[in-house]
Amino acid sequence: MHKYIIRRILVFIPMLIMLSIIVFALATAAPGDPFTGKILDPTVDPEVFNEQREALGLNDPIPVQYLRWATAMAKGDFGESMYYKGRDVASLISERIVNTVYLGVFALVLTLIVAIPIGIYSAKNPYSPLDYGATTFGFFGLAVPNFFFGLIAIYVFAIKLGWFPAQGTISNIHVTGFAEFLDRIHHMVLPGITLGLAGTATYMRYMRSEVLDVLGSDYIRTAKAKGMSDRSVMYKHTLRNAMIPIITLMGFEFGALLSGAIITEQVFSYPGLGTLFINSITNRDYPVIMSITLLLGVAILIGNLLADIFYSIVDPRIRYD
Amino acid sequence: MLKPNITKNTEVSSNQKHNQSPFKLARKRFLRNKLAIAGIAVLILFILAALFAPLLTQHDPTKGDLMLIEKPPSSEHLLGTDSSGRDNFARLIYGARISLTVGFSAMLFTLLIGVITGALAGYYGGKVDNLIMRAADLMLALPFLVLALTIIAILEKVTVGIFVAVIAITSWPTLTRIVRGAFLSLREQEFILGARAIGATDIRIIFKHFIPNAIGPIIVNATLLMATMIIVESALSFIGMGIPQPTPTWGNMISEAQNIRILRDHPEAWVPPGLAILLTVLAINFIGDGLRDTFDPKSNRR
Repeated sequence: MHKYIIRRILVFIPMLIMLSIIVFALATAAPGDPFTGKILDPTVDPEVFNEQREALGLNDPIPVQYLRWATAMAKGDFGESMYYKGRDVASLISERIVNTVYLGVFALVLTLIVAIPIGIYSAKNPYSPLDYGATTFGFFGLAVPNFFFGLIAIYVFAIKLGWFPAQGTISNIHVTGFAEFLDRIHHMVLPGITLGLAGTATYMRYMRSEVLDVLGSDYIRTAKAKGMSDRSVMYKHTLRNAMIPIITLMGFEFGALLSGAIITEQVFSYPGLGTLFINSITNRDYPVIMSITLLLGVAILIGNLLADIFYSIVDPRIRYD
Repeated sequence: MLKPNITKNTEVSSNQKHNQSPFKLARKRFLRNKLAIAGIAVLILFILAALFAPLLTQHDPTKGDLMLIEKPPSSEHLLGTDSSGRDNFARLIYGARISLTVGFSAMLFTLLIGVITGALAGYYGGKVDNLIMRAADLMLALPFLVLALTIIAILEKVTVGIFVAVIAITSWPTLTRIVRGAFLSLREQEFILGARAIGATDIRIIFKHFIPNAIGPIIVNATLLMATMIIVESALSFIGMGIPQPTPTWGNMISEAQNIRILRDHPEAWVPPGLAILLTVLAINFIGDGLRDTFDPKSNRR
């Protein structure tokens, strides 16, 4: 197992390097450099720009530029925003990333709290009314575009009923401590449900089929035959085994969660990484775009890595050679 | 309420089995699936509306009348007008054209890339396989939406064709994996060995033996992929990064609701295109599930 983990980490490194090369290639393909807008200024001698380009290393060979860029990125120096003049990309991102993490965690917790119990119930009582209901919900949850669901949620719960705020993260900046926490949660309810919807449908279906699978296996029959109570069969055998694939699913679904967050944040004008990303695309602010792309790519690689490692720890049946 | 896992297939009695071709049996199985049939009906309805759009409305979906901005529904404008004075009903009908065409062609393009890469990886194995699958892993590491948006940001101008290409180029890996998996399981089978033994060329083996035998999962996944593509198009258009205005697409119509005034006062402008997407995607997913049960009856009781 340790061997597997080490090998898995070793595969992670070239993936990371390839990822950075792709992002760098995209950044190089993007039109313009920090001087693009200024070159039209007739009062400045174009030669001055060329000197500055030389000084910044923009005329160096591509591999040299890549190495310099990659080292800077690794140190957390993401460069300077082209749109917000003089702002560090790193500081722009760190301002927003917390909100996205809160929203993502909130949505994931909602998803798991809803999907896992219902999935288990559906599997224990297949073809029951609740199972039909859950299946119907699953079909809709996967078919409704999340931005449309978000708009409906705003229309019904924010505009018509006025239960939840339609946008932002906080309404009263003067509250602190627990009151602030509650205010944030209040703002996250609608975007959280919107973001979690598709995942809930996916996890529910998955959980149902996993539990059904495990319930049909021989060791469950053995456990029941030796007189184990239904409760302990469920907790000690069924759930433990059914939860394992869910971990892999979480690794896979991580990317979908991030993509969903971009759209959801846009619908709710939620000041997170997603809205920053979309704004940067509108403003063609390439340093910010590339940093976020790289960051999300690294996050997904790490997510998959952790899922694989965790999987190898909890499931000793699997042999890796 | 929908039944979980579609229909329970009753086994065809054995004497019937003998006088029916596999195709007839499959068709029978598919036709018995009510949800899939309903899906086909809905989809045909949308396709007809898209085809006969000029007969259903007199209005031009791209030309607005600045005197008629954000008007409520009337007998002249069934769903009112949008923020540029364009007729919403006309945009909904013509939008079906663009949304369905983009979804279908993006699916086709992705299918092409996915089948070719998957076939190469699964058929040749070894180094080719390694190279393609590592590339696929890498593409999967980048969230599809982020990559598509980044490419769109680099391209200064987006047309329908470029847009289709971008989403195809960023979404092939899932299909590649499926095709490769199917090919790997076929590779060691005797009839393939037989074909090789009589000296069939690689191309011939791939097209005559592999693809027909892997066609089930390919068709099922292509169907489900089309649903995803329609959602992707609408999502990108919604945030203003998809098909540029004034081309009518359902996503473009919903993006009007980013304006709080339209969101609040004119649900008739953005709810119908949303429902249209929802219905289309549901219909396609039902068809896809129906096809899955048809091609692989055992998958039914997952």
